[in-house]
Amino acid sequence: MSHALRADQFLLDADRTTWHDETLWFVREKRDRAVYAVPEFQALRELASQIKDHTLSRLDRYLQEFEAAAQANGVHVHWAADAAEHNAIILAIIRQQGATRIVKSKSMLTEECHLNPYLLQHGIEVVDTDLGERIIQFREEAPSHIVLPAIHLKKEDVGDTFHLHLGTEKGESDPQRLTEAARQHLRAKFLAGQVAISGVNFAVAETGGVVVCTNEGNADLGVNLAQVHIACMGIEKLIPRLTDLGVFTRLLARSATGQPVTTYTSHFTQPVAGKEMHVVIVDNGRTQQLGRPDFRASLKCIRCGACMNTCPVYRRSGGHSYDFTVPGPIGAILSPNIDMKKHASLPFASTLCGSCTDVCPVKIDIHTQLYKWRQVLGEANEIPASKKWSMKFMGRLLASARVYGLSGQFARKALRFLPHGLTHAASFNAWAVARELPEPPQQSFREWYQQQPKPVPQPPQPQVPA
Amino acid sequence: MKVALFVPCYIDQFYPQVGVATLQLLEKLGVPAYFPAQQTCCGQPLANSGCERDALPIYKHFVRTFQDYDYVVAPSGSCVYHVRKHFDKLEQTAEVQHVRGAAYDLIDFISTVLQVETLPGAFPHKVGLHLSCHGQRGLHQANESELTPVRDGQLRRLLASLDGIELTHLNRNDECCGFGGTFCVSEAGISARMGQDRVADHVRNGTQVLTGSDMSCLMHLEGIVRRAQLPMRVMHAAEILNGLTP
Repeated sequence: MSHALRADQFLLDADRTTWHDETLWFVREKRDRAVYAVPEFQALRELASQIKDHTLSRLDRYLQEFEAAAQANGVHVHWAADAAEHNAIILAIIRQQGATRIVKSKSMLTEECHLNPYLLQHGIEVVDTDLGERIIQFREEAPSHIVLPAIHLKKEDVGDTFHLHLGTEKGESDPQRLTEAARQHLRAKFLAGQVAISGVNFAVAETGGVVVCTNEGNADLGVNLAQVHIACMGIEKLIPRLTDLGVFTRLLARSATGQPVTTYTSHFTQPVAGKEMHVVIVDNGRTQQLGRPDFRASLKCIRCGACMNTCPVYRRSGGHSYDFTVPGPIGAILSPNIDMKKHASLPFASTLCGSCTDVCPVKIDIHTQLYKWRQVLGEANEIPASKKWSMKFMGRLLASARVYGLSGQFARKALRFLPHGLTHAASFNAWAVARELPEPPQQSFREWYQQQPKPVPQPPQPQVPA
Repeated sequence: MKVALFVPCYIDQFYPQVGVATLQLLEKLGVPAYFPAQQTCCGQPLANSGCERDALPIYKHFVRTFQDYDYVVAPSGSCVYHVRKHFDKLEQTAEVQHVRGAAYDLIDFISTVLQVETLPGAFPHKVGLHLSCHGQRGLHQANESELTPVRDGQLRRLLASLDGIELTHLNRNDECCGFGGTFCVSEAGISARMGQDRVADHVRNGTQVLTGSDMSCLMHLEGIVRRAQLPMRVMHAAEILNGLTP
């Protein structure tokens, strides 16, 4: 199913679409205020972009530097080529501990690898401890946003979910009370957790440490109570030095939610005495993307979600319409690398307005990459045949002024004389479902121009420009 | 100064009055422009659909048509952006490089090349300015809300110089209208909803005349305005600056 069809489903509930759009626009405006307040924000973006470009250009070196430093700190480092290896490594660590109760803080990588269903299949209880993640885990849904995973749900929906799973009163929708219910529920899970899994926002090659940013402190609570900490990261999470970190922490929360900084910025560098710390470094298609010069820069992403909040298409179609772990504009340039056929419609789910590129804190040229993926998909025959052939036809028509002029005359005549019900029939004119066609004029511009009395300015003598 | 007028295909066919206004406005500013009759289109609809290869003959035709002019002026920033940015697919001969650099959006040409910031005339109406993304973000003709709270730009200045005009203060100054070329039919639902939301912002804030420098966005917004039978006129900025009354 294409993005357009899934978006149409979302649009059926016009009021909810309005609410979703306005909620995320509120976040975008909050981001704007936070950004305007930092005079050097654009310089920070440029710096972050250059640090990421540099790191990606020497990724192999920095990965090895990170591994050596982490091992020197007493951290176990694992390498996973793909999602299956990632999941197997984690299960093996859990089994080694004889553990069955896992707490997990926010990690888009474990979503990407479908870790939760895998662990459940193997008899392991895994509890997402981020509030939004926990809500959608109850509902057996995928996150619809990478920072605000349950943003597609209203507080009433959360109330219904908690009534079902946590026994809160039916119809309860007070955010304070619902949060308190989640807090009590999660507290028990935290205390019982044997292994804590976390994501990684930044991995510092120089120190071998990982940095996790949360607003709820759930990563810290999980990690500090459990015997074992497993941090999962994609290979692109590296930054060279600890001094580089400040550039990114200044950008991340401002871009994501308009906060100056996340409530918790936690550094995990070595295990506490008597406990274990593991880092699983995952490729899962990333080196393939690194090998695509036009799309390499997509790996600079720090997962702030600003491109989703600003995207007028995302705000009106919802994260699930993308049917990929990472939705929105950034997801639309990451997903074809993973499965070109399945995600062929995503690079077309954009007007190429460029707002995503302008909010991106690491200056990924997202809308240019969307355009370039369209060409790759076109060449690979992954665009609808009707579009392909109509474009071939148009190409012929527009390469000749005579054919073009005659076709235009014919089309305008047809529009003038055919009945409105026919020219505006929704079944074969998608334009006319919600819009009137332009009123066809008697004359085209070129017809008018030819009738103008001289002197009109005469064409210059042909000459090769300097 | 040898100036060619490029009238994009959909303007030629559906909005000839915008081409006429562009021509007349340039004449008033002392710039006679010539309309080479062999022109067709910039090829953007094909390329944005992933069919860049099929657009190459159109690109070449465009370069042949305009290579002998100092400037190629069009009342549409989107087409100009396409020529400047995406004609990189052609072999970069002297002619191709010249045409890419010579292509100007009308408002950009008036502001940057002619260095005109004010125009005579009056337009005593409340005017809502639609900033088209390719002109604004692509050609940097106006400030972007992603970067600065200051709402400034070439067309805003030109319009503001008219007597009696009042510019609408929109809630969302530069959100995309949802036209997006073939997006308007391939994602028709989202496209329409975006356009409706944009129009609603203008209605809420009292726009009487909706304008902009890119007719493609305006064609889409006009389609929505007319479907909803709203008492709002949609005019290209060239028409307003050329002295037309609504």
